[in-house]
Amino acid sequence: MTFALVLEWLIKGFVWVLILLGGFAYLTYYERRALARIQVRIGPNRAGPLGLLQPIADAVKLIFKEEFMPTQADKLLFFLAPIVTLVPALVITAVVPFGPESEPLVLFGREINWYIADLNVGVLYIMSIASIAVYGIVLAGWSSNNKYAMLGGLRSSAQMISYELALGLSFIGVILLANSPRMLDIVEAQRTGWFVLLQPVGAAIFLIATLAEVNRAPFDMPEAEQELAAGYHSEYGGMKFALLFMAEYDKMIAICTIAATLFFGGYLGPDITQLPLVGQYLNWATPFMGPVYMFLKVFILLFGMIWVRATLPRIRYDRLMAFGWKILLPLSLALIFITAVGILLAEDVASLYRWGIPVVSLVAGSLAILGMYQTLRRKEHARA
Amino acid sequence: MPDIFEVTIDDLKHLVSERAATGETVLLNMGPQHPSTHGVLRLLLELDGEIVISCIPDIGFLHTGIEKNMEAKTYQKAEVMTDRLDYLNTVGNNLAYSMAVEKLVDLDVPPRAQAIRVILVELQRIASHLIWLGTAALDVAAMSTFLYCFREREYILDILELVSGQRMMTTYIRPGGVWRDVPVEFEAAVRDFVKTFPRRIDQYEALLTRNPLFLDRTLGIGRISGVDALNVGMTGPGLRASGVDWDLRKARPYTGYEQYDFDVPTRTEGDVYARYLVRVQELRESLKIVEQALNKLPMGPVRSNNHKYVPPPRSEIGVSMEALIHHFKLWTEGFNAPQGSVYSAVESPRGELGVYLESDGGPKPYRVHWRTPSFDNLQAMPLMTSGVYVADLVAIIGSIDIVLGDVDR
Repeated sequence: MTFALVLEWLIKGFVWVLILLGGFAYLTYYERRALARIQVRIGPNRAGPLGLLQPIADAVKLIFKEEFMPTQADKLLFFLAPIVTLVPALVITAVVPFGPESEPLVLFGREINWYIADLNVGVLYIMSIASIAVYGIVLAGWSSNNKYAMLGGLRSSAQMISYELALGLSFIGVILLANSPRMLDIVEAQRTGWFVLLQPVGAAIFLIATLAEVNRAPFDMPEAEQELAAGYHSEYGGMKFALLFMAEYDKMIAICTIAATLFFGGYLGPDITQLPLVGQYLNWATPFMGPVYMFLKVFILLFGMIWVRATLPRIRYDRLMAFGWKILLPLSLALIFITAVGILLAEDVASLYRWGIPVVSLVAGSLAILGMYQTLRRKEHARA
Repeated sequence: MPDIFEVTIDDLKHLVSERAATGETVLLNMGPQHPSTHGVLRLLLELDGEIVISCIPDIGFLHTGIEKNMEAKTYQKAEVMTDRLDYLNTVGNNLAYSMAVEKLVDLDVPPRAQAIRVILVELQRIASHLIWLGTAALDVAAMSTFLYCFREREYILDILELVSGQRMMTTYIRPGGVWRDVPVEFEAAVRDFVKTFPRRIDQYEALLTRNPLFLDRTLGIGRISGVDALNVGMTGPGLRASGVDWDLRKARPYTGYEQYDFDVPTRTEGDVYARYLVRVQELRESLKIVEQALNKLPMGPVRSNNHKYVPPPRSEIGVSMEALIHHFKLWTEGFNAPQGSVYSAVESPRGELGVYLESDGGPKPYRVHWRTPSFDNLQAMPLMTSGVYVADLVAIIGSIDIVLGDVDR
């Protein structure tokens, strides 16, 4: 391990944290504009051209706000909770590759890879870091000494436990298909076709479970503005609130990056040198296309999250748990079975069986949805 | 120095269960500042985890003393206060008050004024239900519906501004008729609204009516039987969703409602979803009434010409001695109403809105009392909320459709 390597890691880590922080600021802007468009409003458009300076104005406001601490709060934990929430959100994406290993960025004669760390158990790393984030929320809720915050914290821990399992199991289908838990291998395995085609239900479970994991609507139970005022961050203001807020949005970015890597081909995309007319002049740009494709995929996935928030009502807390345990968990278990059998058949009998995986899993998924409607219908009949 | 009453903790213990004393359940003070209490309602909740064991509504945080203030004003001037009661049903409040005064002094209202009243009151009902729909959807976190509803409400407020010069506090319906005739643009504006609005209702329904998440949040939640609802004095859509077909517009027609063909939607389930369905159907029925009233809007005067009680038109003041005298008398000391008491009620968007006027023969009412629907409907709250989750509690408050200005007056 040379000094240059350590320096490279430091610089890469620093740059990535800066990107995440800037991304957080502009994600709030993106969300506000997109929500406004969906809701026949205009959204922030006063600060700077198109309101582009709005996130900066918000940041300045939050930084200069008075730091307020409830007298009965647990001072140390109250102070630590935002940090405990934010750090996992920042480090979780360390294993995500943003470009192929074969096309590193060449800078000052040094080949720099498009990832911060290349763990051979990248998926496990993501799983473990993702579950740390809940501590921050529970501690924030508990240390505020506020009943609303407490309820928010409790809800959040219950929610995480219910959804962690389905989330973890949805990773397994991908690992089986890629034959490796290493993120680079997973992306390279998708050169023949994105895993969302082979694992459509797995991708759906992943997206639903991650919505619950990052506390986004319709699973935003811990903050549930209409029920718990602001839930776990009721008592937070100023920069501490900004940190909690930042954690939530950075988690959104992180989760979308991971979803793009696992199911939507990560940094893979069309080769731009094949473009008609201009293609031949674009050889210099190929190493940069990985991050660009990644950005586009994350951008689209983020829009999905915003869209869901604009449209759907919030699920009730107990129904959310029932949904996690009774529908998502069995479904993801069935999915692992289907995937494993499909891979075995594809290897031993005929590779066409590979396409049995999406077909059978879609049938299983539709059965689960039918089951949900059936319970609703029973409920509707029962009340008359 | 007022007497100080000392209350020991034992006097208050019956409000919560035994388990609260041991710390097994949590007492949560929800409101008066809380995003989902629709104003400044305070709820004292006893919670077991997330389950509500008891819920005690505490009102009075928005007390404005409007009833008492009205006693200090002449009959004409007191009307301005009625707008501020239920601020989502301003035209309806004007109508209830004007009808009471008309009953007290025996005034006739010309047919054109009757039809204009019906159109405006029904438009106001739509606007009020839109706010309800938006906020009730927002309570279960369907946030876009809220803004779509406000878009359409804005159109109705524009119509109100067109006729009265004010978006909300219109004071447009006056004893003996309306303030003045509607402008020429009025008919086109209302027709435009009648034409576009049904499609908008379909859009709201597309977002909510068959949405599994919405169904999950509303089906079987906050049930109340028709008998219980009648016992606590519930009226309006909440009562009709519990299977009691009681609508003053049909049962005791006023302002010519008997001429219009419309249905009173009812449901039997009495839960949040039933109340939702009833109100959405009422949007369509109100639109039907508006259309019919607009089609047969008669020509003629819009104010009674009994100038003992109704001010003469501006144009007459310069040429007629009597008109000038009436004008002067009415705006300086008001009119003396005959001794007696009257009660008149209208169907507001929230239920039976009644005005009780007691006159001692002078120009000012001796006593005014408002029978406001939100006040009575709110009493059903504890009945609906035992054993529900906190999240359901919010949906139930939304489904009752309270306006705190209407509860505390």
